[in-house]
Order: sequence, then C-alpha cells, then structure tokens
Amino acid sequence: MANRNNEAVLQNIDWVLVLMYLLMVFMGWMNIYAAVYNEEYKSILDSSQDYGKQLIWIITAFFIAFVILVIDGEFFPNFAWPMYGIFLLVLIVVIFAGLEVKGSKSWIGVGSFRVQPAEFAKFATNLALAKYLSNINIKIEKLSTKLIAAALFAVPALVIIAQKETGSALVYASFILVMYREGLSGGILVAGVGLALLFVLALLVDELVLTLILTAIAALSFVFIRLKGRNLLIVGGILVAAVTFIYSVDYAFNNVLEAHQKKRINVLLRKEIDPKGAGYNVNQSLIAIGSGGLIGKGYLNGTQTKYNYVPEQSTDFIFCTVGEEWGFAGSIIVIGLFVAMLLRIVYLAERQRSTFSRIYGYGLASIIFFHLAINIGMTIGLAPVVGIPLPFFSYGGSSLWSFTILLFIFVRLDAYRFQILR
Amino acid sequence: MNLFSDRKYVISAIFIGLALIFLLRLFYIQVIDDSYKLAADDNALRHKIEYPERGVIYDRYGKKGDKILVYNEAAYDLMVIPKRVKTIDTADLCQVLEITVEQFRERLIKLKKQKFSSFRPEIFEGEISLETYARLQEKLYKFPGFFVQARTLRKYPRGIAPHALGYVGEVDENIIAANPYYRMGDNMGLSGIEKSYEVPLRGQRGVKIVMVDVYNREKGSFENGKYDTASVLGQTLISSIDADLQEYGEQLMKNKVGSIVAIEPSSGEILTMVSSPTYDPNLLVGRLKKQNYPKMVRDTLKPLYNRATMAKYPPGSTFKLLNALIGLEEGVITPSTTFGCGRGFHFGGLTVGCHPHASPVDLKFSITTSCNAYYCNVFKNVIQKYPKAAIGFNVWRNHVMSFGLGTKYPTDLPQESKGNVPTVSYYDKYHGSGRWNAITVISLAIGQGEMGVTPLQMANFCSVIANRGWYFPPHIIKQIEGGRIDTTYLKKRLTKIKREYFDLVVEGMRNVVTNGTGRIAQLDSLTICGKTGTAQNPHGKDHSIFIAFAPMDNPKIAISVYVENAGFGATWAAPIASLMIEKYLRREVKRPEMEKRILEANLLPKKEDWVAKK
Repeated sequence: MANRNNEAVLQNIDWVLVLMYLLMVFMGWMNIYAAVYNEEYKSILDSSQDYGKQLIWIITAFFIAFVILVIDGEFFPNFAWPMYGIFLLVLIVVIFAGLEVKGSKSWIGVGSFRVQPAEFAKFATNLALAKYLSNINIKIEKLSTKLIAAALFAVPALVIIAQKETGSALVYASFILVMYREGLSGGILVAGVGLALLFVLALLVDELVLTLILTAIAALSFVFIRLKGRNLLIVGGILVAAVTFIYSVDYAFNNVLEAHQKKRINVLLRKEIDPKGAGYNVNQSLIAIGSGGLIGKGYLNGTQTKYNYVPEQSTDFIFCTVGEEWGFAGSIIVIGLFVAMLLRIVYLAERQRSTFSRIYGYGLASIIFFHLAINIGMTIGLAPVVGIPLPFFSYGGSSLWSFTILLFIFVRLDAYRFQILR
Repeated sequence: MNLFSDRKYVISAIFIGLALIFLLRLFYIQVIDDSYKLAADDNALRHKIEYPERGVIYDRYGKKGDKILVYNEAAYDLMVIPKRVKTIDTADLCQVLEITVEQFRERLIKLKKQKFSSFRPEIFEGEISLETYARLQEKLYKFPGFFVQARTLRKYPRGIAPHALGYVGEVDENIIAANPYYRMGDNMGLSGIEKSYEVPLRGQRGVKIVMVDVYNREKGSFENGKYDTASVLGQTLISSIDADLQEYGEQLMKNKVGSIVAIEPSSGEILTMVSSPTYDPNLLVGRLKKQNYPKMVRDTLKPLYNRATMAKYPPGSTFKLLNALIGLEEGVITPSTTFGCGRGFHFGGLTVGCHPHASPVDLKFSITTSCNAYYCNVFKNVIQKYPKAAIGFNVWRNHVMSFGLGTKYPTDLPQESKGNVPTVSYYDKYHGSGRWNAITVISLAIGQGEMGVTPLQMANFCSVIANRGWYFPPHIIKQIEGGRIDTTYLKKRLTKIKREYFDLVVEGMRNVVTNGTGRIAQLDSLTICGKTGTAQNPHGKDHSIFIAFAPMDNPKIAISVYVENAGFGATWAAPIASLMIEKYLRREVKRPEMEKRILEANLLPKKEDWVAKK
C-alpha cells in the first residue's frame, strides 16, 4: 500500500512547479554568491561564507521536500489543527525565551544554528485556515465564519507583532485574498484598496482639506446621481467612516508607529529626503538596480552590491543583485518566473477536487504574492522598507525552509488529488 | 461546491497587474533614467590621479655639466579619511606629530564638518619630515583612517635664479575655470620658466579608475584598466642660464639694487638674469611659501619683482650708440663730421650740459668721451632732415624699435615690460600737434626723457651691436628634451643699419674701455667693448649703467648692468660687467681687489632715505 502510494505520488507530482522551484533556488544561490562575493573566499562551496551556508540550507531544504513528498497525503488535513496549535505556542514562547537579533525577539536556536518560528507559522496557519474553511458546514456568508477565519490568521500575526517582527506579521494580511476566492464579498478588495489610498492621502494631504474634498465628492454624487433613501445613507455612512479613518490614521501615525517606521513611510511618500539615514537603503537599492541598464553589468560585475553599498544585499535586498548584474532583462525573467509560478499554483489549485487542497493552494499563492509585492516593491521604491525576504531567492535557512515546506505540502496535496473525493 | 471559481481570473489579474507595475517601474529606472548609473559610478569608482614628476631644469651645459637648477624632492603628507578614524591612542599620534591633543581634536572636528567629503582623504598634516615619516610608518597600523601619501616638491640645489625659474603654486578657481585640465589641489607654474614652460614641465597626469567598497577600500581597477590613462613624466629642460655665472652675478649684486642680464649674441640665449635683491627660491616651496611669501611681498626692496624684465630705466648715455648709428644711416653725419662742444649743447635758451673735454668732437671721440653736445646735434639733424618733426621722429623711432626697444620680444619669459619709446601722438597730445620739434624732445638724444628700457632690452641692444645689426629674440630655454623650442627664437631679426656703421660704433666702444669713460672695465688682452651710462633718476641718486660685449671680433657675451642709485656708470656697473665677462670667458676671476671692492659694497638705500621719501 505504502509502496503503491509512493509510486502514485511520483507519477502525479507537478514537475513544472517543482522545476520553477529548483530554478528559483538555483538563481537565488547564484545571486547570493554575487552579492557577498569575496575575493578571498572564491569557492561557492565555502561554508564560511553565506553562499556556502546557503548551499547547506538548500540541500537540507531538498531533504525536507523529499520527506514531505513521502508523508501520507492525509496527514496534512488531519494534523492541521495540532500543527497550528504547536506553532502558535512556540511563537508565544519565543516572545519570552527567544534570542534577540537586530531588535526583534523572534529567533530560537542552538549555537550558531538559528531559525525564526514566525516563518514556519505561515504554513501552519495556511493549513489551519484551509482546514477550517473546507469544513462542509461552513458558510462564508455568516459573520461568525468570517470572524473565526480572520482570527485564525490575525492571532499569529499579533503574536509576531509582539516579537517586533512587524514585517512578517503583515504577510498574514494576504489571507484575505484566499477568503475572497472562497466567497468573501469583492467589496473587501475595493474597501482594502480604498483604505490604502485614503491612508496615503491622509499622510500626504492635510486632514481638513481631505475631509472637505471627500464631502464635496459626496455632495456632487448626491446632486448628479440623485441619491435616495438607502443609497443616501450608505454614501453618508462611507463619508463618516472615511473621515473617521483619516483622523485615526493621522493619530495612529503620530502616536502608535515607532519613529523608524514613520520615517520609512515618509521617505517612501517622498515627504522626507534622507539619503544617509532612513532613505539610505532604498536610495542605494535604487542606484544598484537603476545602474543595471537593459542587460546589466554582467555576473559578478555589480559594483553596488558586491562592494556592500546596498545593505542586506543577500537577504531582503537580493533583488538588487538581479537588477544590477542582469539588468532589465534579468528583472523580466525573475518577475516573469514568479508570475508564472503564481499562475501555475492558481491553475493547480483550481483542479483540486478537495476544497482543503484548493484553499491551501490559494494561501500559498497569496503568501508568495505578498512577499513578492513588498520585497521587490521596496527595492524599487514602491513599497515601504519592510524586512521580508524574496521567496526562494533571499539568503537564510528559515525563509528557504518555510517556503519549501509551504510549496511542497501543496505539491504533495496536488499529487494526491485523485485519491480524494471530498 | 466550487462556487466562486471565476474569481481565479480576478486573482490572476491582480498577480499579472503587479508584475506589470513592477516592470514599468523597472523599465523606467533601469533603461530610461540615467541618473542611477551616474550615482553608481559616484559610489563605487574613484578617479585616482597619478601625478608625474615635474620636469628637471639643467643649466646651459645640460646633463653633461650636471648643474641642476631645479629638481624634485619627495615630500610626505599625512592624510586622513575622517569617517574611518576610530578610537585611537591620540596621545601617541600627537607625540609623533609634535602637536597637542587639543590641536588634534580641533583639526579632526574641522575636517569632519565638511559633510559630504568625510569619506574622502584630506590632508591632516602636510609635508611631514622624513624622520617623522619614518617614526609614523611603524605605528600607522594603530591609527585606522590615517595614511601617508607621497608627492614631490621643487628643490633648488644652488638656490639661484629665482626670478628666471619662477615658482610653483596651487591653482585657484580662476585658473580651473579657464583651463579644464586643472583640478582643485593641483600645482602649476605661476611665474618664470615654471609658468611659460608649464605644459612640457608638468607632463601629463594619469588617471586610474579604481573600484572602492562602501568602506572606501580599494577593490582593484575598473574594467581591467580599460579607461585608465598612464601618466607622462614632465620633460627635462635645458636652460640657457650658466649656473656659475648666474651665481657669481648674484654675489656681485648682493647689497645692491639692480640687475644684470647677459646674452650670448650669436644665439640670443640668456646666460644670466640677475634681479637684485634676490632670494632663495627654496623659500617659496610648499609650506615655507605660506610663511615667506607675505614677508617678501611686504619688503620695500621688492625682492619678488623681476627688475631684469620688468623695470624700466632711462638708457642714459648708452643710448648715444644708437643715435650714432641712426645718424650714420640717415646720412646726417659721417665718421669725420665734427661738432663743437662748449660745456654742452646750446640752442636758444636751452642748454644740455656736458663735462669738460676737448672740442670739436668726431664720432669715435664722441663715444669715448660720451659727449652730450655731439648727440644733441646728431639727433636734431636726423629729425630736421625731414620736412616735419613728426615724420623725422617716426623715422628715428622705427630705427630704435628695430633694436628691440619699446616692444615685447616674443621671449619665453612671462612678466615682461615692453619698455617705452615715446610716440608722435604722445608728443602731439602733450605739446599739441605740430607744436614740438627736435629741440623739444632733445633729451632723447642722450637717452633721457621719456625713454624706458628694461635691463633685458639693454642687453639685447648691446647684443645687436655685437652682432653688427641683428639678433635672435632672447630666450632662456635652449632645449626641451624630446621636444623642440619655439621656432620664433631661431628667426633672425635685422635692423636697417649697414654693417660698416656698426664697425665704427664698435670701435668707439672699444675706445671707451681702452681710454675712455669705461677704462675701469679693461681686462688685459681681452677685447671688451663697452659704454657707460648714467640715468638721471627723479627719485634719487642716478642709476649706474654699463653695457659691454666681448671679445670684439667674435662676441661671446653681451651684458647690461644696472645698479640703482649708485651714481656714475663707470663706478659700479662697469667693474661688475667686466668681472662677469671675465668669469664667463675665463671661468675664473683673477682681479681679487676689484672683486672684493664690489662684493663688500653696500649700495642699498639707507632706511632713513626710504622712510623720508614715503
């Protein structure tokens, strides 16, 4: 039985997705080598350097992937809740007992081996959300369902915020996309975009002016569309909500956010120019990518990344190496590869007979998408500097392992699709 | 079950939409906007300038003679990159540099304040001594951010000819604006040979582009040195100056104000150019210049002023030689024409006095005895030969100019005065058109009045006579190693006066030395020809002038000597000229008494005189 099962798994694995994964991991490794390239340690296998270490992470990641593929397909839905519980517990423990690295208390480790549980909580949360929403009795229209689903990813996010890893916590917002796919009103996306827009405007424009403008728009729609009854109430309600939001954004920005977070946002909005301080990373990152030109400076010829002008160039700013050494052409390939992977995951998710597998697939796509949007967005000055890695590319074991687990659980679920009738 | 499956399109559209936004943005910053490329170069590329050594200047005997006028000496600057200075044993470093800890802090704070350059190397202590350098070298590893940079400074082994050689200094903003070759901190020749031969001397600066990391550490050459340029060494110059003669001239002129210029008549090469008081050119090098330059500028005797090319003096009686030549050429006199001299020239109410001597006077005797009346007559006759004074004057003036007076030669010396030969329009303006005549301007006959001649022009004038009618423009560099000197100096310039007339004047000059006013200059069998002069000076005692050349038939040296406020030409200028000729032609001076008298003479204006005149 077990033997036959394994054969079936191998036959049904989506090798296209696996190939994309391998390609990205390989490209990531090559770019890490270029980013931290050191004349004295030329060997890419040198384990004293980040590229040598990354190879160890890659090999172990392959091993993890293999283990996941041989685990019974039923394991993941069945153990979704226990895993969620365990990781939530670990996250909470880390707040008190974790190691502090660069101001965030989010690490656990033995000796020089360190991992960030927040990274792994992603797949556990994804499993739990898929488990909950795939329940036959679940109706997403019900408010209680929405609230419970939201709580499933909001709780780990809040715990991670308590670890001062705001960036990693933000990733959990991407599950809204999953809920949208499962029937949450499209209004949530519109509202989300609307709120984001208002947020930016609230920071850029004086509150009073913005309030007047919004009121004027409401008044105009009243005059021209001739709003009546219920619609009038809705517009009025939105207006009141929007104005409240504007003032609370302003309050939150000035009283809740920490100084460095405020600075990063101000720099992004070009309200502040600080090329030596908060804006340094983004400025140097833009210089590295912008100097790449159409076809780049050539492998290992990127001066900006190789000579450390870009901080964190092997982790969060790994895309700078791509942009500088491979130019616009390389950027197209990398972004193209990501989009192809996302679309492949959507395609595979849609062919699942199991709701659990589909939801899990969308969760995977949403997380990768969010990382992609924020990570590359920040390197090219379109998103605030939030320290989250570029999936499969960035240096670091936690990130690579966590994305490998996330992806290969889906590969495993997909390979198992014929044996499930739910 | 799969109710909302159409939403996969919305989600896919969001994914693709994001990718498109990213690619648009990337296309803009990577392909369209060039500013990031410049910023990247600015970050990671350093243009390291390699300064070639400045050319060495030898005296006229070149490398064989091995008499170097100026060469280069290594100097060391202690540099600092303020941003890279870490906590160090300040006291230790201060002890080596012999500065106080407070001074150290002050300097560092000052350098750190220059906001954008805190990663750029700055001079912390310039020109540290070799001993300091040696002691520092051992300890430097303890002081991160500090390093020593070698450069070169000019060194003058004999400390002579500062006015001819000139000095080197840092370029200012005006020079940079006018000449894009130079950059802030560059040195260039600011006067003398250093200035006029700046281009061959400086060589060609090399630029090496190196890559540096964010800590300003060098990481190797950019694109394998594809854009690097090699530096080219400055060219060696062979000056026409005779170092020994120059040095001797400077000794003779010690404690005197004035000038000596000697020229080799056959080539126009300047053998000696002394402007006194002089100074040791080593005093204007590097950090010494800062202390000494202002002092020299304030000095009332103006040691920086190059009298040899800048000072305009009336030529005095030496000018009679020229008037004799013009008189002969214009046919108003013959060698046997005589004029009477009763203690001077009398015309109407006007008298130009003369010293007592036999009368009447012919050409040769007029030179020997320097008779004023004779030349007033000659000059008057030249002008009056023509229907109008203005026409006659212009004929006379053209002859004067053909000797290189009243004009700037195309010399290779900067800062040269063109002297002054008055013009018709000047007199027309002064007296009114047609309201002046030969008598009005009669003082020109004896080299007084408005005439202004520099010692260099005077030496060249003597050289023209020695050559019997031609000259090469005087110049001070005879050879550029690996190059060629300007052909202007190789073009003969002619006067319009016949050679035979020169022979007559030369004979007169020979008589001046054998039994005339310049007998003091006589040197056994050497056929020195000369002419004394005494220039009236409205500001004080007369200037003592002597011009001479020797030997008579194959002139090797033509010389002019000016000693300010020293009285008769025969008293000081003539013996100095004679000693110089002896030194040059015999390489040894065997008239110790005369030499001693000159060397010991102090003819400087007394301090009281200067104060009184102010």
